[in-house]
Amino acid sequence: MDFEIILQILVSGLLMGLIFALIAVGLTLVWGVLDILNFAHGEFLMLAMFISFWMFSLWKIDPLWSIPFTVAALFATGVLTYRLIIKRVLNAPGLTALLATFGLSILIKNLAQFFWTPDFRHIQGAILSDKALSFWGLNLSLAEVVAAGGSGLITFVIYYLIFKTKTGRAIRATALDRDTALLMGINIDRVFALTFGLGGACVGVAGALLMNFYYVFPSVGSLFGILAFVTVALGGFGNITGAFLAGVLMGVVETAGGVVIAPVFKYTVVFVMYLVIILLRPKGLFGW
Amino acid sequence: MLETNPFSLLKKPAILIPLLILLILPWTITNIHFHHVLIMFMLFATLSQAWNFIGGFAGQVSFGHATFFGIGAYASLVLLKKFDLSPWVGMLAGGGLSVAVAVVVGYPVFKLKGHYFAISTFAVAEIFERLFNNWDFVEGAIGLPAPVLPEGLINFMWYQTKVPYFYIVFVLFLLVLLLAYKIDHSRMGFYFRAIKQSQEAAEGLGIDTRRYKMQAMMISAFLTAICGAFYAQYILYIDPPSVLSLDVSIKIVLIAVLGGAGTIVGPILGAAILIPLSEYSRILLGGTGKGVDLIVFGALILMISVFQPQGMAGFFKKAGS
Repeated sequence: MDFEIILQILVSGLLMGLIFALIAVGLTLVWGVLDILNFAHGEFLMLAMFISFWMFSLWKIDPLWSIPFTVAALFATGVLTYRLIIKRVLNAPGLTALLATFGLSILIKNLAQFFWTPDFRHIQGAILSDKALSFWGLNLSLAEVVAAGGSGLITFVIYYLIFKTKTGRAIRATALDRDTALLMGINIDRVFALTFGLGGACVGVAGALLMNFYYVFPSVGSLFGILAFVTVALGGFGNITGAFLAGVLMGVVETAGGVVIAPVFKYTVVFVMYLVIILLRPKGLFGW
Repeated sequence: MLETNPFSLLKKPAILIPLLILLILPWTITNIHFHHVLIMFMLFATLSQAWNFIGGFAGQVSFGHATFFGIGAYASLVLLKKFDLSPWVGMLAGGGLSVAVAVVVGYPVFKLKGHYFAISTFAVAEIFERLFNNWDFVEGAIGLPAPVLPEGLINFMWYQTKVPYFYIVFVLFLLVLLLAYKIDHSRMGFYFRAIKQSQEAAEGLGIDTRRYKMQAMMISAFLTAICGAFYAQYILYIDPPSVLSLDVSIKIVLIAVLGGAGTIVGPILGAAILIPLSEYSRILLGGTGKGVDLIVFGALILMISVFQPQGMAGFFKKAGS
């Protein structure tokens, strides 16, 4: 296989991988801090994509400019979900919290299907649509490049937030030891709400960026959701850097699998890789 | 308390009377849609009960049970079509195959705990669905229709009435119910519950958790596959999305959990609520009922987990005390 194809695989994989990474970072943040796997994370992404889609369809607002709105909307969704649902199941046995978010995901997905029909929707005529970048023998979609760049940027912002700010320290403290954080005077309730909101914000950005080149339909959340879970598990639950690296890995493996084996098996390759890695390292690549 | 006689369950009027009513129901209401709903109800009650062994009693939440369901369905139809093997034999073959898969997959996967395990089951299920979708021997995405054979018990096919199907699934349902009761009140059941509560503590007590998790999975896989074979013979057409998809896995889990995972009546209650909801909304609204049943179900699950974490069974327990 010549160099050009390998480079194309790596770069295309990297692009999708960066987007997977952002989605996964949002999920792993919530898990790390609240010990809850938000099954509705994929559906949040779907909501962000639909918001972006409708803003373009109805009011001609380009997906790029709709990012502040999707971020705000999904942040609010995250906080609301926490306040109304998660708060009540925090101390219940593991299965309960899982099922609460499960029920939420089913509710959101089917409401979306009921109101917006299962049709696939696509955006055409936006600023970034249908433009390609060609250099070094590579062919890349401009929309994907921007989406990847944006995702990488936001992931960095989140990283900075968590590791270099005082609020981030509060979040990390709560993740490490909830009770001690409480004793230290940290308002855990606020931290939890903020974290859930941040998780939503992550998919808010990712969704708007994805809308530039992907298509949206009510079940799109399921696909990205499962990939996000696998990414998070691969990187180690609660580990942001792990989720980032795992996301990139997933992107590259998916693309490589599609090229080397068959496009129809690209996710199968990803899942097989996940199983292999998780068996060698039961807590994920960087889990603890 | 240990080694109970499962048939003692039948002596309880609370169990016996509904069972007897169920038994004569197909003769009293002859609407064929109703028969279909009854059959689906019993099938899913049995399916979720089968899931209950590993997911409810032993606490290892599997989101991949469609794999076993699909293997059972495909084994029975493929063996019938390509080798003229009776569906009954096919059913057992499917069961055996599922157990083999459960062992092969379970052996490494049971090293994982909690969420890692759950996600692995997702991954395995997706892999199987994709593989079957692209496997020409089983007709892949085209799907496998059952061959047209003369009616009768041997061929496991009836075209003019659904009543024999009802009694077959009733027997299945009863057997699985009794098995669940027996295991729940046996030493094995206690070990399962110990593992569910805390695997570390159980191991500390000397319980071989690996072995018991595996046993739970094997039983669960076998019974799920049997249900799959029944489904294939009843619907007379299967394809990967209808028997191997995540939606099937999720439906099984939802029913068990809504009703109360880890209880004997849980799956029955859950199925009693979801299946009529799902089937009638489909019949009334057309297509897949526009997902109305799932909207209601999602909302129900949400509310139950927030207000009543033990599921409907917990609700009745509280009402009873």
